[in-house]
Amino acid sequence: MTDTSAHQPMIDATGVPLKKSLARSLRREKIRALLLVSPLLLFVLLTFIFPIGSMLFRSVENDIVSNVLPRTVVELQNWDAKSGELPDEAVFAAFVADFVVAVEEKNHTRLGSRLNYESSGMSSLFRKSGRKVAEWNPETDGPFKDKLIAADKNWGNVETWAIIQTHSGKFTNGYFLNAVDMQRTPNGIEMQPENKQILIKLFLRTVKMSLIITGMCILLGYPVAWILANLPNRSANMLMILVLLPFWTSLLVRTSAWKVMLQNQGVINDVLVWLGMVADDARLEIINNQFGTIVAMTHILLPFMILPMYSVMQTIPPSYLRAAKSLGATNWTAFWRVYFPQSVPGIGAGSILVFILAIGYYITPEIVGGTDGVFISNRIAYHISSSLNWGLAAALGAILLAVVLVLYWAYDKIVGIDNVKLG
Amino acid sequence: MKFTKTLLATTALTVAAGAATAQDMTVVSWGGAYSKSQLKAYHEPYSAKTGINIINDDSSAEAVAKLRAMNEAGNITWDLVDVEAADAIRLCDEGLAIEIDHDAMLAAAPDGTGASADFGSSIVSSCFIPQIVFSTTVGYRTDMVGAEAPTSICALFDLDKYPGKRSLNKRPLANVEWALLCDGVAKEDIYDVLATPEGQDRALAKLDTIKDQVVWWTAGADTPQLLADGEVVMGSTYNGRLFSAIAEQNQPIGMLWDAQMLDFDGWIVPAGLPEDRQKMVMDYLFFATDTQRLADQAAYISYGPARESSAPLVGNHADLGIAMAPHMPTDPANATNVFVTQYEFWADYRDDIDAKFQAWLAK
Amino acid sequence: MALDTSKDAFVKFDRVQKSYDGETLVVKDLNLEMPKGEFLTMLGPSGSGKTTCLMMLAGFETATHGDILLDGVSINNIPPHKRGIGMVFQNYALFPHMTIAENLSFPLEVRKIGKSDREAKVKRALEMVEMGAFGGRRPAQLSGGQQQRVALARALVFEPELVLMDEPLGALDKQLREKMQFEITDLAHRLGITVVYVTHDQTEALTMSDRVAVFNDGRIQQLAPPDQLYEEPENSFVAQFIGENNTLEGVIKEIKNGRALVQLDSGDLIDCKPVNVSEPGQRTRVSIRPERVEFHKDRLSPDAHLLKATVKEFIYMGDIFRTRLSVAGNDDFIIKSRNAPDQVRLQPGQEIEIGWLADDCRALDA
Repeated sequence: MTDTSAHQPMIDATGVPLKKSLARSLRREKIRALLLVSPLLLFVLLTFIFPIGSMLFRSVENDIVSNVLPRTVVELQNWDAKSGELPDEAVFAAFVADFVVAVEEKNHTRLGSRLNYESSGMSSLFRKSGRKVAEWNPETDGPFKDKLIAADKNWGNVETWAIIQTHSGKFTNGYFLNAVDMQRTPNGIEMQPENKQILIKLFLRTVKMSLIITGMCILLGYPVAWILANLPNRSANMLMILVLLPFWTSLLVRTSAWKVMLQNQGVINDVLVWLGMVADDARLEIINNQFGTIVAMTHILLPFMILPMYSVMQTIPPSYLRAAKSLGATNWTAFWRVYFPQSVPGIGAGSILVFILAIGYYITPEIVGGTDGVFISNRIAYHISSSLNWGLAAALGAILLAVVLVLYWAYDKIVGIDNVKLG
Repeated sequence: MKFTKTLLATTALTVAAGAATAQDMTVVSWGGAYSKSQLKAYHEPYSAKTGINIINDDSSAEAVAKLRAMNEAGNITWDLVDVEAADAIRLCDEGLAIEIDHDAMLAAAPDGTGASADFGSSIVSSCFIPQIVFSTTVGYRTDMVGAEAPTSICALFDLDKYPGKRSLNKRPLANVEWALLCDGVAKEDIYDVLATPEGQDRALAKLDTIKDQVVWWTAGADTPQLLADGEVVMGSTYNGRLFSAIAEQNQPIGMLWDAQMLDFDGWIVPAGLPEDRQKMVMDYLFFATDTQRLADQAAYISYGPARESSAPLVGNHADLGIAMAPHMPTDPANATNVFVTQYEFWADYRDDIDAKFQAWLAK
Repeated sequence: MALDTSKDAFVKFDRVQKSYDGETLVVKDLNLEMPKGEFLTMLGPSGSGKTTCLMMLAGFETATHGDILLDGVSINNIPPHKRGIGMVFQNYALFPHMTIAENLSFPLEVRKIGKSDREAKVKRALEMVEMGAFGGRRPAQLSGGQQQRVALARALVFEPELVLMDEPLGALDKQLREKMQFEITDLAHRLGITVVYVTHDQTEALTMSDRVAVFNDGRIQQLAPPDQLYEEPENSFVAQFIGENNTLEGVIKEIKNGRALVQLDSGDLIDCKPVNVSEPGQRTRVSIRPERVEFHKDRLSPDAHLLKATVKEFIYMGDIFRTRLSVAGNDDFIIKSRNAPDQVRLQPGQEIEIGWLADDCRALDA
């Protein structure tokens, strides 16, 4: 005690302010720590954060219109779509000049696809026109207004030009609007036509099914975790191996195994028919729907629920239950009032883990989900690899990320993230 | 954008690492029996002749998306890609594949006919080097269809006569044509009808009548498996898959040739390859697409060679010893009622119809 | 305290045995009777079976054989929560997710006691342990001693007639422990409750209890009030275990008139009180308390046998002097003398003679 009070002054033995010399001595430790984590940091930055960032950037990026049709975009600024009249010859001439270059550089089909996201028919219009306009000479073949309309009557449609004008900005919220079943039209933001509204429904379904899966995992995992935590070490280890067993087989194999189990002529149905519980011609539909997805994903994600629960339950001494019983509580009351509240942090940690994994799951719903058991991530995959609408995929991904963060925030507010124990 | 490109390039580097030395050539294809037929008919003889090592990559299903990403990253790691004709058109339209002068770059037929004449109408895009003719058609369980086996494509929509599940491709191609045909649209009018929003809705409405009973597939192997398991009573798939299930595995499966959708599959060469690698690829293509090589491939898989001059050379199955010609989609006996995929139509309307189809699926 | 335990015992262990593995008995033939209002301590080294006995009484373990009776009724088949026995645990086992008041309210709630009644009882119980101001806190916000008091209050709040305490003071520092020892006994006597207290700390056992049951090897070695236990241990285990003790080994030469003559292994002869020895020739272990050894010859009777001793070490301990001697081949022979103005401080190396009253020297089993 006397020793520290002797050094109380703000200057150290060599006359340097104490804070400064402390900072200097800590700096070396900080640098060392930074060096130790830097390989991982660099790795994560290069392979994760930057690519994801650049992918998310696509959700608002829209320079394709102004890049492919630079002159047209400028000319269109002077045109009022609400007038109900077609743009004048200058716009048509600029468009043909842009379009000939675009066809030459093979950009027009991509632009057509881009505009088709906003309005059906644009893709085929651009492709068809591309084949005809390619032969024209923008210098000598004018005037183009009637010529272009003759090539395809849709160019005589005010709507077509209004769409180009509406989406000519360098950045767009169009993808995000599309992601929530809305669209940007020349008349402002509107809902998509009824037969194209699917994404909000998919988002809600994804959240709903993830919650059901999380709930199922809690119901099935809690007793297992309890037994694990209360068994003597050796038997607990055996049981733990059984819990972890699914981790040792590939995800694809496990999911395909569920297919064999659940399909119409599968093991479960065969057994039920054999037992006479269902008729052979009325076999249960338990695959290619939501039920199949929930069953298979609950199984696959169960270890992620059990492990955090187990590690929390292990820290609850048995004396609490004894104390409760000695105070007059029945087995159930002792469990519910004393043991359960203390195991809630484990449930919380497991639930966050399972829910976040579930909400972004792709392979299992794809294989066993049919059409009504698929998630938003299957939609994202479709837009990435099949429709090539990367902007929409990025917007959907960004929304999914936001949903997870909002739920996480809400969880923190309600339960408190400090109450979550992962081990 | 430069920034993004650099980043994508760095990521692509990981993929490229270790690949592609001068003596290696990365060929992308569909995997399974199809890649095996290419290996036997093309790769092995070519490697024996030149010493060039051919690396197989089974990524054809995502070829368009991946080529686009590689193109943006400025680092093409594939030398040659096997794609469906429709994808070849898309890649060509977007400048992701190089244009081919078929007569100058490919071998002529033995009788001296130029390559482009020999390939004929199968050259659906200037970037496309056709290999095979295949068809999407319907197989059924012979023991589950009752006394009267189906003979018409419209059995798909006849739930009264053929109750049970059917498997269909999870994309509109073929499905919408069949739907309109069975909804009473004359075959020659189908694409005119399909070009209108009303026609597209009509096709989906017809599909709606069996939607509850449809299992949607994404991989060509799905339908044969579903048929073998008795999960579906009938389903569409590629004719080669059905041949394999019937002739090689002796499954109780029969197949329809009615209203088969003829389609082509072939090579494209990615744009942006360095000159030396492009030269190597062209040398391979000259060898691998000649008349004999295409005929050889038919000994391993029941897809028809895309060259007219190859047809007479088609022999027997390499293992089973049966004549392959009667199992080709182009065999006159099989080709009485054929749809030839309308590439131009699909290139123009794919985005529209696909979006509607997917929205309808998810409903 | 006059103890008539033969009739209407409040707690009774009747030939109780306990085995966990079916091969060895951790409790061997336990018989014990307690009257109402007694404070009984089970004392013994770890593994002696004392905690098992407590757990059987609480209902957390079942007896393999025999009966446990509470107020004349066998409770073997009554589950713990219906026994109405209060219990204080070693680590207090206060429920961490409840406030202090909620912890105390818990036993009342499960007994379906009305809210106002409950609050009054909780308040009273907390005030009883001087924790009235802490009702709103959580257990983790309290010190060890405070948690101890709360645990006590919680075990008492539902007014049980029997309270079990399982080493409740084990986690406290010495000063606090002594204070709590006093508070617990005070409270127990004030409330008139019956207490079974388990500890391995003999000081605690001696200072708190009406009677102490010394456990070893699954049996009660001696059951007696503290003074009797200390002064009249019935066997050498109890003598060794309770308090500090000097032992010398030898053989009985003769026993007559309540006196035993013992020849030590060094050849010296001493007088002892025969406790559990019966005939000459038997080997014995002689036990003398350090404070009963005298080296002032004038304070011993003239005919007492004296032993030569060499002073090895002198330790000043404030209230007493502690001197280590070498006596009859035993180098760890301790004597304690009170620090008084006339008291001699022995010097190491000094040769002295020591002796004792024959009644203070107990000839026990070898």
